[in-house]
Amino acid sequence: MEIAEKVKILSASAKYDVSCSSSGSNRPNTKGGLGNAVYAGICHSFTDDGRCIALLKTLLTNNCIYDCAYCINRKSNDIKRAAFTVKEIVDLTINFYRRNYIEGLFLSSGVMRNPDFTMQQLAQVAKELRTIHRFNGYIHLKAIPGASEESIRNAGFYADRLSVNIEIPSEQNLQKLAPEKNFKGILQPMNYLKTNILENKEDRRKFHKTPMFVPAGQSTQLIIGATPDSDLQILSLASGLYSGQNLKRVYYSAYLHVNTLESRLPALPEPPKVRENRLYQADWLLRLYGFGLNEIIDETHPNLDISVDPKLGFALRNPQLFPIDVNKADYEMIVRVPGIGIRSAKLIVLSRKFGKLGFEQLKKMGVVLKRAKYFIRCNELSANNIKDINPFQIRKELMSTTVLKRHADELQLKLF
Amino acid sequence: MNIFIYNGTFEGFLTAIFDAYEMKIVPDKIIPSETEYSLFPDNYYNIQPDKEKSDRVWNGLKKKISENTCKMIYTVFLSESAMEKQLYDFICKIFDTPYNIESNMGDANILNLRNMERKVHKEAVRMIEFIRFQKMADNIFFASISPAYDVIPLLIKHFEARFTDQKWIIYDLKRDYGIFYNLKETVQMTIPNLRVSHNSGQVSDEAKDIDENLFQSLWQDYFDSINIKERKNPKLQRQFMPARYWKFMPEKNRLR
Ligand code: SF4
Repeated sequence: MEIAEKVKILSASAKYDVSCSSSGSNRPNTKGGLGNAVYAGICHSFTDDGRCIALLKTLLTNNCIYDCAYCINRKSNDIKRAAFTVKEIVDLTINFYRRNYIEGLFLSSGVMRNPDFTMQQLAQVAKELRTIHRFNGYIHLKAIPGASEESIRNAGFYADRLSVNIEIPSEQNLQKLAPEKNFKGILQPMNYLKTNILENKEDRRKFHKTPMFVPAGQSTQLIIGATPDSDLQILSLASGLYSGQNLKRVYYSAYLHVNTLESRLPALPEPPKVRENRLYQADWLLRLYGFGLNEIIDETHPNLDISVDPKLGFALRNPQLFPIDVNKADYEMIVRVPGIGIRSAKLIVLSRKFGKLGFEQLKKMGVVLKRAKYFIRCNELSANNIKDINPFQIRKELMSTTVLKRHADELQLKLF
Repeated sequence: MNIFIYNGTFEGFLTAIFDAYEMKIVPDKIIPSETEYSLFPDNYYNIQPDKEKSDRVWNGLKKKISENTCKMIYTVFLSESAMEKQLYDFICKIFDTPYNIESNMGDANILNLRNMERKVHKEAVRMIEFIRFQKMADNIFFASISPAYDVIPLLIKHFEARFTDQKWIIYDLKRDYGIFYNLKETVQMTIPNLRVSHNSGQVSDEAKDIDENLFQSLWQDYFDSINIKERKNPKLQRQFMPARYWKFMPEKNRLR
């Protein structure tokens, strides 16, 4: 088979893994070596669907001995199968990298023979890149549940990031859709990696020569909308993974009905992208804004409000906390104001010691006054804030009906 | 009006500031010599760039403000957006105020500079993302660019650290100069009669390595296959990767 044909088949098979991030590692270049990793990550292109391309994301092979209901590569599907040789994938990576197309490689695979063999094959590619080609760019490998600890550990010394995808957010639904998989099997490599990553950090503090072990940490992916699992279940799982397994990122992937004949899964007309987006917003609040899970979602509202973003939702449910005085309030409160991002909040705190800030200055600092005005007080008086206007009124003004309509279309619900 | 004319370099600009202090004249405008200007009825001062004078201003700044803010001054200068007078005002403020004012974003002048810095920095980041090298027959990797601001000086560190074992050239077609990394150091240069397509940034087929077109086409295949059709979102794509960069990117420009 021609190399172009393999590229087409094996990257198309890998595209449902949404992660393409190259962040979290600052692996330096070495003498005579090629490349380095940049901590913040770099995107090199954006696909027609608007997603970042940072890595050459591909499978080693789309042959798989498993039969997961949601996966295009499952063994019962009658599709074209292909496999790269190690040399082919190494050549592609190096040649794309030297042209500044990519930050590195994200290599996954269908399960060949058994999980351990598959893990060893993935590690072999990474090993050749690192040792023979002295490649110091980013490498993300899939950790295969069921592989031996030794094989996973070996892979970890060549990779910047390892990930195990959970895909289905609840144990009972996972069992139904992927008979060969279960939560215990997935969490095992995650926990193993967590311990080893922590130990390695400790060792590297003491002995600088210690080689890096998965410096960019772990991530996972959850499919949204394939199963009836609620946002509360999804976000609880995610926040548990952040605190329990030290995951760097949880990715949310709106369900795509790829196996059209599969009756165990819903035939959604479109992927539920609006819901996916709200989950990402909630995830940011958890990771970067210091929100607690129960501030975003709880048993009484087990699903996120689709019509407003979760930060606005929080403010509207807690009118007693607002309006806050931007010239006095703590940073933690300022970032909680809808319409004020992290950068603007930092600028506000930095600048207010030189003099009181007014609306015009806030605007120039990037504050979206249309949203923020209801929740803040500053040097000038604002006539209409949450003390004078009912939260329901504010919600009506700021909510997006187009988003609501799009969401309904995606689920084919007739609300309008 | 007092108008200072300098040679367009950062050194010349800092010299202008030194001269303004020394002559005790407040410039109303500081403009690079290629700018068009009327000969009437203003007072013109031709600034002769002077290393010693500019160093004195720069070292003086380094003593009073953080490295980050020094870098901001240089970055804003690279915008080529007639920011000289605003920079001058800022620098005077730094020298004339007894306490440190650099982080006062409540000051419109300072916030303007910070916002311009952000734009120039963003453009440099986009170059780092979207530059595409072509491998040439002589093993040099060549990239055409045409950035909105003069960001080449901001790219050197990144590419030197990354591509140490290959020779490369990054060439600004708009400003007709580039940088060449020769495995030892990076030097600035202008290539007379450069044969590069201004529509695609591509060098001629004869000048390319024999596999160059193959890898470009494999990259195009990859770019197409990794896309999820059901999620098509051209607006989002343009937001992250504005169309003005597409010309030199083989995945978006299939002219070749
Ligand atoms: S194991 Fe992975 S590749 Fe194989 S069917 Fe399941 S999800 Fe697909």
